[in-house]
Amino acid sequence: MNAPIGRPRLLFDFHGGIHPPQHKSLSNQRPIRPAPLPGQLILPLNMHLGAPAKPVVQVGDDVLKGQKIAEAQGAVSLPVHAPTSGKVVAIGPRPIQHPSGLDAPCIVIEPDGREQWCELHPLPDWRTCCPPSALIPRLREAGIAGMGGAGFPTAVKLSPRAEHPIEQLIINAVECEPYITADDMLMRERADQIIAGVEILRHTLNPKEVIVGIEDNKPEAIEAMRRAATGTGIEIAVVPTKYPSGGEKQLIYMLTGKEVPSGGIPAQVGVVCHNTGTALAIHRAIVFGEPLISRVTTLTGKALREPGNMEVLLGTPVSALLDAAGADRNRIGRLVMGGPMMGFTLHSSAIPVVKTSNCILAASVEELPPPAPEQPCIRCGSCADVCPADLLPQQLFWYSKNQDLARAQQYNLMDCIECGACAYVCPSHIPLVQYYRFAKGEVRKEVAEQQKADRARQRFEARQDRLAKEQAEKEARRKARLEGSKPAAASGVDMAALKAASLEASSAYKAAVKALKAAEAEGSDQVATLAGDVEQLKAKADAAKAAVRDAGNPPAAPVVDVAALKAASLEASAAYKAAVKALKEAEAAGEDVTTLRTEADALKAKADAAKAAVRDAGPAAAKAAPAQPATAEQPAAEKADDGAERTQKMKALKTAFNMSHKQFKEASAALEHAEREGADNLDELRKQVERFQLKADKAKAALGLLVDQAKADMRASGSDLKSLKIEAAQTEAAARQKARELEAARIKGDDERINVLSRELDALQREAQVAAGALKAATDEQGLADA
Amino acid sequence: MSLITVTSPHATRSGNHTGAFMRQVVYATIPGIVVMTWLFGWGTLFNLMIAIPAALLAEAAVLKARGYNVRFALRDWSAVVTAVLLALAIPPTSPWWLIVIGIIAAIVVAKQLYGGLGMNPFNPAMVGYVVLLISFPLEMTRWIGPHEAPSWFDSFRMVLASANVDAFTGATPLDSFRTWAGNAEQLQALPILHGEFASLGWEWVNVAFLIGGLYLLARKIITWHIPVAMLAGMALIALPFWLFDDTRYASPLFHLFSGAAMFGAFFIATDPVSAATSRYGRLIYGALIGVLVWIIRSHGGYPDAVAFAVLLMNLAAPTIDYYTQPRTYGHHRAKRGATR
Repeated sequence: MNAPIGRPRLLFDFHGGIHPPQHKSLSNQRPIRPAPLPGQLILPLNMHLGAPAKPVVQVGDDVLKGQKIAEAQGAVSLPVHAPTSGKVVAIGPRPIQHPSGLDAPCIVIEPDGREQWCELHPLPDWRTCCPPSALIPRLREAGIAGMGGAGFPTAVKLSPRAEHPIEQLIINAVECEPYITADDMLMRERADQIIAGVEILRHTLNPKEVIVGIEDNKPEAIEAMRRAATGTGIEIAVVPTKYPSGGEKQLIYMLTGKEVPSGGIPAQVGVVCHNTGTALAIHRAIVFGEPLISRVTTLTGKALREPGNMEVLLGTPVSALLDAAGADRNRIGRLVMGGPMMGFTLHSSAIPVVKTSNCILAASVEELPPPAPEQPCIRCGSCADVCPADLLPQQLFWYSKNQDLARAQQYNLMDCIECGACAYVCPSHIPLVQYYRFAKGEVRKEVAEQQKADRARQRFEARQDRLAKEQAEKEARRKARLEGSKPAAASGVDMAALKAASLEASSAYKAAVKALKAAEAEGSDQVATLAGDVEQLKAKADAAKAAVRDAGNPPAAPVVDVAALKAASLEASAAYKAAVKALKEAEAAGEDVTTLRTEADALKAKADAAKAAVRDAGPAAAKAAPAQPATAEQPAAEKADDGAERTQKMKALKTAFNMSHKQFKEASAALEHAEREGADNLDELRKQVERFQLKADKAKAALGLLVDQAKADMRASGSDLKSLKIEAAQTEAAARQKARELEAARIKGDDERINVLSRELDALQREAQVAAGALKAATDEQGLADA
Repeated sequence: MSLITVTSPHATRSGNHTGAFMRQVVYATIPGIVVMTWLFGWGTLFNLMIAIPAALLAEAAVLKARGYNVRFALRDWSAVVTAVLLALAIPPTSPWWLIVIGIIAAIVVAKQLYGGLGMNPFNPAMVGYVVLLISFPLEMTRWIGPHEAPSWFDSFRMVLASANVDAFTGATPLDSFRTWAGNAEQLQALPILHGEFASLGWEWVNVAFLIGGLYLLARKIITWHIPVAMLAGMALIALPFWLFDDTRYASPLFHLFSGAAMFGAFFIATDPVSAATSRYGRLIYGALIGVLVWIIRSHGGYPDAVAFAVLLMNLAAPTIDYYTQPRTYGHHRAKRGATR
């Protein structure tokens, strides 16, 4: 951080550069004097680079010195302040400092001469009072812009991105253009304030080094700055006099050896560059709370009798300054705002001084004669020898003149800094910079047009997308309407379940038919029973089909669906039971039962699926039911009748089962006894046992059928948690009992019985699972989370 | 107060214009003219006296036909430079019509028909020279032997084409070496090949043009790149061959101070319009001219080769420039040869 004492900084020399006559002594011979207060102050809303400010005062308003009269609009923008107290007399277009001579909106203030300040908010303890970043909005509010060149808002430059840590803070005090001495005089007279401003900049940016670059043709300024910077660690670097060493990119290279990438900003190489005048304005803005309302401007040129530097209120018309400097109006051949190399000529002296106006050059005709006529380029290459950007100006000229923009860009046209060194040395007096500006403008226009075209294309594509989407939605709606008149668009899931149930029912029917046929073929005595079953199944399958068909009618959809589902489920489980029955009978008759068993298993699975479908549909139906009371009542009544009848049947069957089971057990016991005794009527006894067992099973199967129906009804209603619990417990108990029986059979080693029992056990376990699932679903539904 | 409103820069270097630039070139030829007059007689001055008005007339006629401001355009002195260079390139024994034909070829064809100053792809003086060399090989190779300068009256008669020129002419050093290359005895015996340090007489012509060239460098009319590269290219290729067989190949010093070596390096190859324009490009351009000069001198059918070498490299200059762009500030690498 400390400046190397006695060891001068190693300077890098940039390519090219020129040494035009300095003419600095014209204006640096007398101290800075205040400019007179003009009759009107004209304040352009765009004194900086970026978006113009927005007025916050009205015509006729009285304003105080330092009062904000226009506010910033957007991130890269700055407010405007009243340079003195007075009255706003106009807000409208006035000629401004634009090279094209365009008018632009301005606020015109008539000073009242009282110089009455508004309330200021000084911050003398800026080092300790707040975090460094808190100073940046203050600088923005103070309207501080780069005062050396382009007028870029200072606050923006002080907020570098995190990925670009700042290594060097460079203060540009080079002032390499001929004639201009504003920074020179400022440093001679106010070095302490400049260094104080630099300290604030250092505080906000926290760089590794702070370097002030001054050209060696300003010994007094160098001396003053060295004195002021003693003990601060700020390094004063003296650079050789060569135009354009004060160009930001050139100065950065000279002091650090770093090059700002093409099209990039200095922060990308860890450098931030500020002007001396800006540093002073920062000091005043923070320590005294003063917004940027004045600047030091050089008034010079041989047409002035008293050239020098003046402290000028922003908005002061150039004509007022010319009068103050004793201008000989007849001698002025060219009025330049800025220096002779990069400044622009003014078409009128009514144009006001703005934040970037560092010099007014009132040159006599002899001093800056009219440009000589252009001669052909002889490609002498003098321009290339002096180009600080190391371009080939002779090639750029060729391509710019021919509007070969692609080639001009290939030769890095856009890297031209418009310093004018090439045109200065051109023996053919070709206004080279003018050609480059034109070509650059064309390139920018092309790019803008390209962007515009891209945006238009994007808009068009987005519109096409939107239209396509709308079309698709329209199509979907149309389809939905069409399907709405077809079955069950609204309850597709139910429909699917119904269809499945219908299929199950019909396949159960088919299986039963098959069993019947087989029995008939065998000449079994069960044919009559089977035939009855078949009839029953057929009816049920038809009912299921009808249910599916009916479900297509939207109005009745939910209720009918559930009812049909229930019916289908019942049918499916009945079919299963019937198949089991048929199987058992066939087994009893000693027939081949493999096919029947497979069918029975398939039916079982289907019955389970149908039950699940009913369960799923249940809650929905329950919700939908109130909306369909008329339709719902009828089946409910029917169901009630069904239920009563079934209960009676169940009771009878239970009795039958119990009786036969008891008989079976007695017979079994007798058989066992006989076996132990070694009796000879064993065969007879065995047959008896089997008969009783068969009887019991039959009763049980019939009972099971009814129980299942009852269960299904209960599940369908979805309300009777208690019965579901009982059912779950029962099925579980049954499964356990079956398991015990199976265990007994295993002990006995009765293979056939083991097979039968294990299949039954499987069925029971599945049933138990289904019951448990149903119970859980019901419990969940009622919000009684079962532990 | 009528204000001039123009774009920046407003300051230009005073006394800086193309005419002044061109005049410096003419001034720089003065040492050469003096030495040539001393060695070869008044013929050189007569050449200049015919060439300059002929060039101005030809230029004015075409400019007028093309609708230009003749007085303004003639002030660029470019026609005078072309005339001087062509007049110094052709033998001092040349008849007036030879000079006039050469000037017309140079000014009208090589320069104005291509669009005038700054637009010509070929060096106009060398186009004029080559046109003459091919059309009038006899007249173009009759050089007077050094220190055998004819009287001004004889020179005058030669210009009027009424004198027996052959009586005054002799082989140039380059001619002699070509003729006797491989014959060590003859090469040793020929006095013209043995001056103070290079070829007899011609060494001083080259020294004079070298001095003129250094003046141009000092005045920053030309840069060092082309002359240094050309002379270095010529010497560097001559050296190994000379070391290998000095009876067949002349020494680098002989090459550097014979014929139009210095004249070509400082006054011909440096014509900015037709030369390469980038720094690296100029080095390549100059070096290749030097190499070509040596090749044509050693193996070609013509005694001197600067004109051919320069014209050939004029052809190559745009391509050389295309591949030798400097690295612009802020760019990692130079854009060289890339199309977009």
